[in-house]
Amino acid sequence: MTALTAQDVGVTLLERQVVDGVSLSVPAGTWLTLVGPNGAGKSTLLRAVSGAVAHSGTIAFDGVEVARLRSRERARLVAVVPQDPTRPEGMTVLDYVLLGRTPYIPYLGTESAEDLAMAGELLDTLELRSLSHRLVTELSGGEFQRSVLARALSQQAPVLLLDEPTSSLDLGHAQQVLELVDELRASRGLTVVSALHDLTTAGQFADHLVLLADGRVVAQGSAQEVLTEELISAHYGARVRVLTDPQGGVVVVPLRPGRSVREIGGVA
Amino acid sequence: MTPVSSAAATGPDTAAHALRPVRLPRRWLVASLAILLAAVLLGLTVGPAGLPLRGVLTEIVGLVPGVHLDGGLDDRQAAVLWQLRAPRVVLGLVVGAMLALAGAGYQGVFRNPLADPYLLGVAAGAGLGATFAIVSGGNRVLVPLAAFAGGVLGVAATYALGRGVGGRSTNSLILAGVAVAAFLTAVQTFVNQRNVDSLREVYGWILGRLLTAGWDEVLTVLPYIAVSAAVLLAHRRLLDVLSVGPDEAGTLGVPAARVRLVVVLAATLGTAAAVSVSGLIGFVGIVVPHIVRMLAGSSYRIVLPLAAALGATFLVVADLVARTVVSPGELPVGVVTAFVGAPFFTLVLRSARRTW
Repeated sequence: MTALTAQDVGVTLLERQVVDGVSLSVPAGTWLTLVGPNGAGKSTLLRAVSGAVAHSGTIAFDGVEVARLRSRERARLVAVVPQDPTRPEGMTVLDYVLLGRTPYIPYLGTESAEDLAMAGELLDTLELRSLSHRLVTELSGGEFQRSVLARALSQQAPVLLLDEPTSSLDLGHAQQVLELVDELRASRGLTVVSALHDLTTAGQFADHLVLLADGRVVAQGSAQEVLTEELISAHYGARVRVLTDPQGGVVVVPLRPGRSVREIGGVA
Repeated sequence: MTPVSSAAATGPDTAAHALRPVRLPRRWLVASLAILLAAVLLGLTVGPAGLPLRGVLTEIVGLVPGVHLDGGLDDRQAAVLWQLRAPRVVLGLVVGAMLALAGAGYQGVFRNPLADPYLLGVAAGAGLGATFAIVSGGNRVLVPLAAFAGGVLGVAATYALGRGVGGRSTNSLILAGVAVAAFLTAVQTFVNQRNVDSLREVYGWILGRLLTAGWDEVLTVLPYIAVSAAVLLAHRRLLDVLSVGPDEAGTLGVPAARVRLVVVLAATLGTAAAVSVSGLIGFVGIVVPHIVRMLAGSSYRIVLPLAAALGATFLVVADLVARTVVSPGELPVGVVTAFVGAPFFTLVLRSARRTW
C-alpha cells in the first residue's frame, strides 16, 4: 500500500523554481530519505508535503490530496519534526508534548484526560517522564529533540516528516534519535520521509534514497544505486571515496585534493 | 524569568497521576481577585468626599435582590457613590482589563513582548478622530464616537497596507502600523496647529482620563469590551500553540493567519471602545501582562485571565492616585500609569534574557 505520493510537484518561492517536477511514491511503513546539496529543495519539498508552502502538481496521502485538507485534518495525517524547532518560553516538556494533540482538541477547547494519558505514554517511550515538568528552554539538545519527536508522535499521524532531525546533535545522540525513529517506524507502521545531510547515515537508515539537485530528482533507489562517487561528485562538487562495509552498508568518505594538501603543508 | 508551571497543580488525575499540565493556579486567581476587590473598595471610599467603608459595603450588599439593610449612606453620600464614584471605578475596571487583555493578545499573536494594544494604528487613528471632533466644536458626545471610528479605521488602513506590501508577514504588518501611525499623527499635529484654541482639550484627551457623567460611558462601551474579552479569553490555548511560531503551529493543525486575524480584530475592537471613553492610557497593555508572566507563568491560560484582573486593579488604583494626589485638581491617569510604567519597562528590558 502506498502512503504518500507526489506527482509532478513544483514549488516557486520568490519567483524562483525551488522544486521542479518531482514525482515520488512512498510505500506505507517505509523510510524515504531526501539527500542533495544545499539549496537542492529538500526542505521545501518537505514543507510542501506538510502543507506549509503552496505547490503545483499533486501530493496525496492514501489518495487524499493534501491541498484539499483543512489544517486540522492534515495534522492528523502528517506530523513534522522541523529542522530548527522553536523553544517556547516558559513551557514545560509535558505541555510541549500536549501541543501535538491540538488537531484532536476542539478549536476553543482544552486537553482531555485521554490526551494527557497519551502524552504520558510517549513521555515513557522517549524516556522523558522525569523531565516532564522541566522547561523546554532548559533542556539539552538531545533531550529537546526527543521532546520534539514526542510532540510529533502524539499527533498519531501515519506519516512522519523529519527535516534534518540530527543537525544539532552529536554523533551519539544523532544515532539514538534515528534508531528510535526506526524502531517506532517498525512498531507503529509509520511512514517516514526525512531530509538528511550525512550521506552515510542516510544510506544506513533509509529504504529508499532520492537525490535532489536544483529542485529535480536526479537519482533514486537503494544506497548502493544513489551514493556513487560519480553522482556525488557531479551534484555536490565533492571528491569522495565510496566504500562498502562488511555488512553491505555504504560508507561515504570525503577526500582532500592532493594539491591543496601540499599547499597547506607549505612544502612547495 | 518565569517559574515552572508545575506550581499550577490542580490535584491528581486518575489517567496519569504524576502529570500536571498547565492550569491557572488557584492561589493566583484568589489573590488577584482579592486585591481587585480591595482596589474597588478603596476607589469607592477615597476621594474629596470620603465615604465610610461600612456604609459603602452596606449599600453594595443592598443591591442583592431581596436584601434590605439599614445603616447605609445618607442621600448625599449615596448620590456620590452611585453617580460619581461607582461609574468611574467600573469604567476603570473595564478599560484596565480590556487594555491588559488586548496587550497580552497582541504579544501572543506577534510573539513580541513589546507589542501593545496601540501597535497597529488604533491610538493614532483614535487620536485623530477625537481631535477632529474636538476642534469642530460640536457636541462633546461625539468625541468617543469619532475616536472609536478613527481607531478602527487606523487598524483597517494598517491591515490593508500590510497585506498590500508583504502578504501575511508579521513584520510587514507591524511596519505598516508604524507608517500609518506616523501619517495619522502628522495629520493630527497639522489640525492642532491650525486650531490652537482647542489644544488644551485635545492634549487632555490624549493623556488619558477616566471622566464619567453617570453610567452612559460604561454602558456604551461594555458590549464591545465584553465580546472582545470573551473572544480573547477563549483563544488562550491557541495562543500557547502559536508560541512555537506560525509554521509549526500550522503543522499542528492551527491556521495561524486566521487565528491572528481573529485575535487582532477582537483586541482592536475592544481597545477602540476603551480608548473612545478613556483617551490614550499608556503602558497598561505592556506592563500588566509582563508582571503576570514574571509572577505566575507565561502560558496564555495564566496570562490572559490574570492580566484582566490585574489590569482592572492597576487602572482603578492609578485613577485613585490621579484624582487624589493633587486634590482638588486631577492628574491625567495616563501620566500616573506611565510614571509607573516607564521605569518598569526598563526593568523588563534588563531582565529579559530571551532574544526575540
